[in-house]
Amino acid sequence: MAVLDQGPPHYKKMLPPIVQENYGQWKYHEIPSPGVLKHVAESGATLYSVRVGTPRLVSIDFIRDVCVIADEYCDGFLRWTTRNNIEFLVSDEAKLNPLLEKLEAEGLSVGGTGRSISNIVHTQGWVHCHTPATDASGVVKAVMDDLYEYFNTMKLPAKLKMGLACCLNMCGAAHCSDIAIVGVHRTPPRINHDVIRKGTEIPSLVASCPTGAIRPDPKNKSVIVNEDKCMYCGNCYTMSPGMEIYDPKNDGIAILIGGKTSNARSAPSFSRMVIPFLPNTAPRWPETTEAIRKIIELWIANARKGERVGEWVERIGWEKFFSLAELPFSDMLIDDYIFSRETFRTSASFKY
Amino acid sequence: MTEKKTPLLDELETGKWPSFVTEIKRAAVKSEAAGELLQVLERSYAERRGHWKHGGIVGVRGYGGGVIGRYVDEPQTYPHVAEFHTIRLLQPSGWFYNTKTLRTVCDIWEKHGSGLTNMHGSTGDIILLGCKTDQIQPIFDEFSEAGFDLGGSGSCLRTPNCCVGPGRCEHACYDTLEACYNVTNEFMDELHRPMWPYKSKIKFSGCANDCTSSIARSDCSVIGTWRDTLRIDQDAVKEYVANKFDIQEMVCDKCPTKCLSFNAETQELSVVGEDCTRCMHCINMMPKAIRAGKEKGATILIGGKSTIVQSAFMSWVIVPFMKMETEDDFEPFKDLMRRIWEWWDEHGKSRERIGETIYRLGMTKFLQGIEVEPVPQMVFRPRANPYVFWNQDDLDRSGTALDGSKL
Repeated sequence: MAVLDQGPPHYKKMLPPIVQENYGQWKYHEIPSPGVLKHVAESGATLYSVRVGTPRLVSIDFIRDVCVIADEYCDGFLRWTTRNNIEFLVSDEAKLNPLLEKLEAEGLSVGGTGRSISNIVHTQGWVHCHTPATDASGVVKAVMDDLYEYFNTMKLPAKLKMGLACCLNMCGAAHCSDIAIVGVHRTPPRINHDVIRKGTEIPSLVASCPTGAIRPDPKNKSVIVNEDKCMYCGNCYTMSPGMEIYDPKNDGIAILIGGKTSNARSAPSFSRMVIPFLPNTAPRWPETTEAIRKIIELWIANARKGERVGEWVERIGWEKFFSLAELPFSDMLIDDYIFSRETFRTSASFKY
Repeated sequence: MTEKKTPLLDELETGKWPSFVTEIKRAAVKSEAAGELLQVLERSYAERRGHWKHGGIVGVRGYGGGVIGRYVDEPQTYPHVAEFHTIRLLQPSGWFYNTKTLRTVCDIWEKHGSGLTNMHGSTGDIILLGCKTDQIQPIFDEFSEAGFDLGGSGSCLRTPNCCVGPGRCEHACYDTLEACYNVTNEFMDELHRPMWPYKSKIKFSGCANDCTSSIARSDCSVIGTWRDTLRIDQDAVKEYVANKFDIQEMVCDKCPTKCLSFNAETQELSVVGEDCTRCMHCINMMPKAIRAGKEKGATILIGGKSTIVQSAFMSWVIVPFMKMETEDDFEPFKDLMRRIWEWWDEHGKSRERIGETIYRLGMTKFLQGIEVEPVPQMVFRPRANPYVFWNQDDLDRSGTALDGSKL
């Protein structure tokens, strides 16, 4: 009989001896080379962590391969990061270079530290989600292939954190990323009255619409959508399968930039939309990879040392960003939802 | 199994970044379901749309969540993924593993499921991707035997997670690994049996660098901080100077409150402690020379969530400083969470995250409800309108009679 509510495995059983011995006693760290962190404890103990990118969606064979490496070089200990990277924990300095050689031989990607792009936090997309407006893993693969040189080096002005959400539910919480890739719908839901009649709580469906675009249709035992009010969030589809919103011709990707969650230097900030729509050109999304590369190259060319994307844009001004980036500014980029007014310029100073 | 072609997906096996397509193909060698997933996905790539349906209710005995039902929209064409459910497992704090544990996960999952995983899901769980309905209970029973438990799904406390903390970071201001473990265990019922208006998330970050992005990604963000003044080691400062590190440009000029000054002659760095807002920038730049103060704890923030429905919110401060000591079992924090959830449970509408409930009803009512006194650290600046909701007690205390006497 299964034990209920036993909770997660105890983390203490998962910590390598060097971590147990120096727990809470770490003094400083440095990054001797891209992808390698060196943590030094008060005791003088030194722990190397070698960071390896993964596709997040991995097979058990991949995990077993990784275990073989961890057994040989890390006494059987490793960890994952918040951004789906693996960190091999090396307590014996003599094993560091052999490990790096092994990883290279196995074709694993070492990087993602300091002034680099870390792995893109992302969602399920077409692989396993029921509400996606784009794929997740495929877009991430295409973008990371294109930007690989910024993953395994540290030549950016500052760290770059990217997120991808395949719909506005934003399970990947892309909304505070340096660069956010967001799947968007652009057409209202198509009502399937039969499906709604068969099994939808109509009051909940009506209440789910943030703009009040859905009202009950008692005669039909269904609902009516005021299409002028719909902003295609897809929340109604989450409430009822009778509100299909996917649209192969019109679904695609929006690009938002300048967010961060760290408090360092400036307060955490939201990403802001700079490109309202790019098409879902599977399998490699060339419009998306190109747009992101251009923004990153502009940032590299213009930012001061240590300036994250949002800090750079805020310093030069968004109006300046749009002219430098040669991106069209349109009414689609001016907020007309609930908290719009705080984004309007209530000052007579600005640039051209 | 007949080999079927996937020309579009095959294009995602080129390039330097590791390929999820290769991973699905590896799983497909042993699992027919993984093979069929490739076919469904190839079709999505050709048609530019998803093929998964809304979940029906699936689960294990005694729990209200932890398994997410997933069905393909054409079960006759794809019988092996007609049922392709997701199982969430609680991860060990900080995602530390020994290889024995990882191999156990692989072995059980190989026996009962597709062999595909997410390491890890956005909320932090180990995600096992794709199994049939009749396998769910056996999977849970075996994982339970091996020391694992299900994560959260639905309108419950979602699986908490934390940064690497004192396990490997000099910045950790409290024990995030223990806090996450302890709090997760305390609220097992809230996690496994959905009972609230909507989901609720907690993330533990050891310092204001917020490596779990708790401020954006959780309803309750617990961010490590300190209350006294940061500590500077002047000998180490001189070492940075000797190594040609530009302290003025990279540290002092970027300090948001300009509380640091560097004397190039004496090579000394000094701080005006009361001006510092503890943003972490200088410590990030000079970890060998600058460290947090000694009086450590955490700032508690509430309300973070993503876009759906009322826009994305970042969490805001409700307790500027709370001790987060292991010895007291994190009791003050747990008490606060109970009061917060009770208030939300009473006032929240269906599918309304706590930040949205507070926004709809007002921060004042929320603070009164959870019995927390207002302090200026909660706001960037006070209100610019005079629309105060006065209650009778306030009127009685501050009213003046017509003859000028106090009422």
